[in-house]
Amino acid sequence: MLADFFNEYGSMLGEGTLMTLYMTLMSTLFAYILGIPMGIILVVTAPNGLKPMTVVYKVMDFIVNIVRSIPFLILLIMVIPLTKLIVGKSYGPTATIVPLVLCAAPFIARMVESSLLEVDRGVIEAAQSMGASNWTIIWKVMMKEARTSLIVGCTIAMGTILGYSAMAGTVGGGGLGDIAIRYGYYRYETVVMLVTVVLLIILVQIMQFIGMKLSKKLDKRNMRV
Amino acid sequence: MESTSDVIIKVADVSKTFKGKDNNVEALRNINLDIMRGDIFGIIGMSGAGKSTLVRCLNFLERPTTGTVYVDGHDLNAMSPAQLRAERLSIAMIFQHFNLLMQRNVIGNVMFPMEIAGVDRKKAKKRAMELLTEVGLADKAKSYPAQLSGGQQQRVAIARALANNPKILLCDEATSALDPTTTKSILALLKEINEKHGITIVIITHSMSVVEEICNKVAIIDKGELAETGKVVDVFSNPQSAAAKKLVFPEGQSSQVASMSSKKCVRIVFSQNSSFEPVVANMVLEFKTPVNILLADTRDIGGIAKGQMILQLPDDEQLADSMLAFLKDRQLEVEVLENYVG
Repeated sequence: MLADFFNEYGSMLGEGTLMTLYMTLMSTLFAYILGIPMGIILVVTAPNGLKPMTVVYKVMDFIVNIVRSIPFLILLIMVIPLTKLIVGKSYGPTATIVPLVLCAAPFIARMVESSLLEVDRGVIEAAQSMGASNWTIIWKVMMKEARTSLIVGCTIAMGTILGYSAMAGTVGGGGLGDIAIRYGYYRYETVVMLVTVVLLIILVQIMQFIGMKLSKKLDKRNMRV
Repeated sequence: MESTSDVIIKVADVSKTFKGKDNNVEALRNINLDIMRGDIFGIIGMSGAGKSTLVRCLNFLERPTTGTVYVDGHDLNAMSPAQLRAERLSIAMIFQHFNLLMQRNVIGNVMFPMEIAGVDRKKAKKRAMELLTEVGLADKAKSYPAQLSGGQQQRVAIARALANNPKILLCDEATSALDPTTTKSILALLKEINEKHGITIVIITHSMSVVEEICNKVAIIDKGELAETGKVVDVFSNPQSAAAKKLVFPEGQSSQVASMSSKKCVRIVFSQNSSFEPVVANMVLEFKTPVNILLADTRDIGGIAKGQMILQLPDDEQLADSMLAFLKDRQLEVEVLENYVG
């Protein structure tokens, strides 16, 4: 019976898992490419930041808040023209990456911001006293000192993006979410739906495991003699 | 490096006001100070006196609201941000909480300022190892700061501060988070650095003993103003300003001695007497009359007695006067205290 199930659905589920992974990893990557500079801008231009710039800070703060307030499903539909422009079509896993990135970037910006704010001001001051430029302080002090927190944040972000990618399945995004909707919801094939859910859980667990292991390994603050 | 006559840091009329929401805080008011090359200069004051702000003005981590600071004759206020950063390579700083990079190992921390200065990696590594050897932590090069004690962390911070061969080392309460024994060893290290490399050291502290231990000059900051400055020996043995007196002679014990009968009290200040001469005991033996020691705060610094004592003399006028003369004969500074008790 198990063999029958895998004969029938195995390749589809395997493909779906890969698609979900593809969407999640690519979206996380691009969302970080956008989110890290946004987070840095928020920290650096803040009133007590390295280079306070009130207007830049307020604009960035506003954009982040606005985009974060739009529910993902609505954003997904709203950006279809943009998706078409970038990818050439509005459905399929690659097309889903566009709204996923737009949705996740502000969320990531906030997490990067909070991670960087955790860095001890005294250490930043020490770097300033050594004649470090703001650029050096951002990359060599803040990003490095905050790396544990940044990795934990990344783990959370990936889990969230994975969840959203499944949601994108409802509008033909592909991946495990798509399978769950089509088979589980439209065709009442509950077993298929449950299997996709289990697969999603396993994916999240693996990401969580790797993320936490990595952040622990890289954290030199709790080392004992 | 041996010349002591040239000014390395000139604080010129520095004031700093912090703008608050409803009121402005004047942290510093018209500070003028000359620090000579090779000095170990103590800046002492109560908490909130403005000394931390003052030390941050010396490398422009805080920009003075008015006035400026000259380092080796260069006006920091006239510098572009890039020039200022270049100047900071030669003004190192250590901190109360060490402020090491926790995610870098010890040698990485010492190499960091050299990375900023653009020193070749290989050279930087070699120099870092030399510095770690100098501060006695060569075996901890691969450790992380979290694995070190406070004293060791401060040693790493000192090695890091020396990386770019600075002219000046600023110490912001560098020993305040350390226990007395560790404090002594860190101060000894600072003194050694001053003597060996000719680096001018500025020490911010609230502790008299730190200043006594290693400084040759001192400035007393009180409520944002410079109360007094001069050689440590002069300021501590004969303080002029009220703030200095309060620091040097922390009183307030008078209520405990209200029941004493005699009202004749003198303060004697030790500044150059040999610790080996029992002055008070000799006096008692000579006059065969006891005196009451109301307060004694003396210690032996390099064979010289330093500090103060308050004695209650006998009621007998004549005897008391002869005792005063006896004390004055021994080069002690004697001050008759009116209403100290009673």
